[in-house]
Amino acid sequence: MNGYLTVKNLSVSLPNGVRILRNVSLDVAAGQVHGLVGESGAGKSMIGKAVLGTLPHKIEITGGEIWMDGVDLLKLTPKERRKKIGAIAALIPQDPLTALNPSKRIGPQITSRLVEILGWSQQNATARAIELLEQVHIPDPARVMRSYPHELSGGMRQRILIASAFAAEPKLIIADEPTTALDVTVQKQILKLIAHMQARHGTALLFVTHDLGVVSKVCDTLSVLYAGKIIENANMRRFFTRPIHPYSRALLAATPTYTNPDSLLTSVSDEIVEGLANEIHYHDIRNTL
Amino acid sequence: MIYRVKDLRLSFADMARKPLVGRAPRIEVLKGISFDIPKGAVLGIVGGSGSGKSTLGRAMLRLIEPDTGKIEFDGVDITHAPEATLRPMRHRFQMIFQDPMSSLNPRQRVGTIIASPLRLQGLDGIGARVDEALDMVGLPRSFAKRYPHELSGGQRQRVGIARAIALRPDFILADEIVSGLDVSSQAQVLSLLDELVRELGLTLAFISHDLSVIRRLCSDIIVLHHGEIVETAPTAQLFNAPQAAYTRELLDAIPLPDPDQAWA
Repeated sequence: MNGYLTVKNLSVSLPNGVRILRNVSLDVAAGQVHGLVGESGAGKSMIGKAVLGTLPHKIEITGGEIWMDGVDLLKLTPKERRKKIGAIAALIPQDPLTALNPSKRIGPQITSRLVEILGWSQQNATARAIELLEQVHIPDPARVMRSYPHELSGGMRQRILIASAFAAEPKLIIADEPTTALDVTVQKQILKLIAHMQARHGTALLFVTHDLGVVSKVCDTLSVLYAGKIIENANMRRFFTRPIHPYSRALLAATPTYTNPDSLLTSVSDEIVEGLANEIHYHDIRNTL
Repeated sequence: MIYRVKDLRLSFADMARKPLVGRAPRIEVLKGISFDIPKGAVLGIVGGSGSGKSTLGRAMLRLIEPDTGKIEFDGVDITHAPEATLRPMRHRFQMIFQDPMSSLNPRQRVGTIIASPLRLQGLDGIGARVDEALDMVGLPRSFAKRYPHELSGGQRQRVGIARAIALRPDFILADEIVSGLDVSSQAQVLSLLDELVRELGLTLAFISHDLSVIRRLCSDIIVLHHGEIVETAPTAQLFNAPQAAYTRELLDAIPLPDPDQAWA
């Protein structure tokens, strides 16, 4: 257990007992980027939500430990937990269109967290917000602070959310598919920006994505998820040169790239899916005994 | 030529900049687009968001009316044709939509959804045609009794394809039809479309922002940027020797699953 964020044997279930996460364990070291990859429904976003304590209503953590900054969050009272998470972690959400309040100006949306939760003075918070907007290459930050979200493009809004996430110098950031809603050319700028900000601030970053191309550009380590179970934890380079699990290999082969048009005709074979089902079934039985 | 598009221009009113009194300024979305689609071709239309690709598609099917220019479908000028003229032709050009959840009526069963254009066109033997369409897209006939929410994303998109091919069209426009799907369902839907195009001798225009999808499927590509065509080329040529600066930028921005790709 040497990570800044360490998740150990985490299980998350629906009220009817259906398991969404099955004994998930992973480590995100300080200053490192850890990718979480999987198809939709695999539980990637649920890990991020469990860590930030924002699981949807009635979905509960049923076992395991979440260590953040040397503390097991699940041993704290809900109030202590929120305080701890709020002080050291932040989120870059997927959809820049819905994450900002359409009826409020940009400035207060960045500074309110600093003022109300961390007790900064309004003046300091505003100065900090302008400094951060400059860091994410927003021209004329003072004007943007006075703008409403609808006046800005999708790329601009995602930059603002990145600036906002880094504002309070969090030690851990969870980015949940931060570029899925963007164009490839804008995606490239935003990914480079996130990588630059992460390196500059030395933040630990948990990066949720379904795109292995993106992983190969920003991550140091990664976990592959299937049906709520971690199939493989790997170093990024090792994963792309020698993926171990057959599902990882199939996922890599099915990743569409324009340099390999045949990849689009490859889907994960029934044989592999059946193997995974058996593996997960065996895992569940072993854990109920 | 199944389609001839010449100097097509289209603009929308920019309501965000409308003054309190007076007319809203116009935003030019298509700024003089010209291209031809020969019978049997599979044309890719690529561009970033806001480039005008979907607007172009909608104008080609006359779901919206262009300002000026000319659209010819199989020798007939449909640029400003009234709906009464278009209706008897509509079975010949069909569309598959991006989001199968919002383009399939949630209150109708799959069978009703596929049958409704057949009914609108006044065809008979509808039940048999629906069954046949389901067979062609590889869905069991029993799916006719199901509702869209009971299906997976890939299955819903198959229903969208079935609805389009049930009319036996000459031309299909597919607008970003796999962008909402997982990679493995993407692969299945694309293989299906590829097979159908060949089997039925369809002409296809495929709108996408994803160059890997386009490369797999299309024989020729046009690249749109800010409402103008910046490059038209056969697929191999576009990927091997892209001419326009924007095309190169688009290609360079794609993250390949390869840690050694130069991505400066």
